Amino acid sequence: MCVAVPAKVIKVEEPWAQVDLEGTTFKINMMLTPEVKEGDYVLIHAGFSIQHLTPEEAKETLELWEEYYAKIQDL
Amino acid sequence: MPKSRTSKHRIESMLERISVRENIRLMEVCGTHTMAIARFGLKQLLPASIQLISGPGCPVCVTAQEDIERVLILAQNPRVLITTFGDMVRVPGSTGSLQEMAAQGANVRIIYSPLDAIALAQNNPNKEVVFLAVGFETTAPTVAMALEQAQKLGLENFSIVCLHKLVIPALIALLEDPEIQVQGFLCPGHVSTIIGTYPYEFIPKKYACGCVVSGFEPEDILESITLLVEQIKNNNFQVQNQYVRAVKPEGNKVALSLIEKYFEPTSVYWRGLGKIPQSGLKLKAPYIKFDALRKFNLVDVEVKVGPTGCQCGQILKGIKKSDDCPLFATICTPSSPVGPCMVSSEGACAASYYYRGGEVIAR
Repeated sequence: MCVAVPAKVIKVEEPWAQVDLEGTTFKINMMLTPEVKEGDYVLIHAGFSIQHLTPEEAKETLELWEEYYAKIQDL
Repeated sequence: MPKSRTSKHRIESMLERISVRENIRLMEVCGTHTMAIARFGLKQLLPASIQLISGPGCPVCVTAQEDIERVLILAQNPRVLITTFGDMVRVPGSTGSLQEMAAQGANVRIIYSPLDAIALAQNNPNKEVVFLAVGFETTAPTVAMALEQAQKLGLENFSIVCLHKLVIPALIALLEDPEIQVQGFLCPGHVSTIIGTYPYEFIPKKYACGCVVSGFEPEDILESITLLVEQIKNNNFQVQNQYVRAVKPEGNKVALSLIEKYFEPTSVYWRGLGKIPQSGLKLKAPYIKFDALRKFNLVDVEVKVGPTGCQCGQILKGIKKSDDCPLFATICTPSSPVGPCMVSSEGACAASYYYRGGEVIAR
């Protein structure tokens, strides 16, 4: 239940934000991370951003996923 | 924290570091870890001396049967619209599950965010929209935010069944139980995103038990296990944060203050673990109007819970494994679950069932 995924903030319309998650756009509430700006990465849980990630930090998770998907396609 | 891409070499080096002779028992506290460990076959990668046990970190699984029964009584009321995250609808009670009740006409809606329940309450003024607030510290602030919205909008037809649980008191209960001998905890990553790493500090000091806050990718988990094994080998117990990209030592202060505004700790029952002091959340006095059980006079209703033979309680404490249960993969399967550990996508039994392939089918 505590699943959370990183996504990129495309547009901020407080208290909402449009985020990009693997090419899909979602509307999330960002009141739990008020400092977040466009271009930042956030961790999303239950329709909320729950943590602000630096792009480098988010990249690590996203790269691991990319690698995982690439490996699956190779199988 | 992984600084480079997963590589065979990196994994081999970690496996070398954890090849120990003495037996080591580690507990992954979080259900999302349980599922990742099963999905990526990490148990098969580890040396036989390292035993990974699944803890009580699936909120649906640890919800007491009495609470499930009360929710089922609530759902019988035609004025009530139950909103919930997906897993809860399949947990069986003495009169069936919410899913079965929905098939017979009860109002049950699976939602993605607690804010969806607020929108439903606005759009359905003749219904009482009840959100089943199940979850640990990761989820509690999102529910607090929904309460904040309900308060702002003056919504009178929105309430919650507050079943939130807190991880730290459960860890204390496990550490105090002589039946459970664990030398290290793989601490839940996203709970820690909210609470930070400070609340774990007393564990290594008081109980000589390792704590590593872990991410959820297979490489994260393997690295966390490596850190725990090294703490145990060197007898140097401490709190380490493997998941630094998402967990700050102080946690998320906005989320913590919201939890504090709306909720206060209370002693609650956990399936398998019994009553644990100060391990749940209840609404604070000014917000008691949002308590659905109070609104519908169900707080003190006696509910009967019959024996099912389900071993979820022992499995949640790591005393038994899923296949020690005679019901596992025979009459208890994901399509017809007897207990919540098979219902929830994060349950230990569901994880064992889905990722054991031939062994299960052979039963």
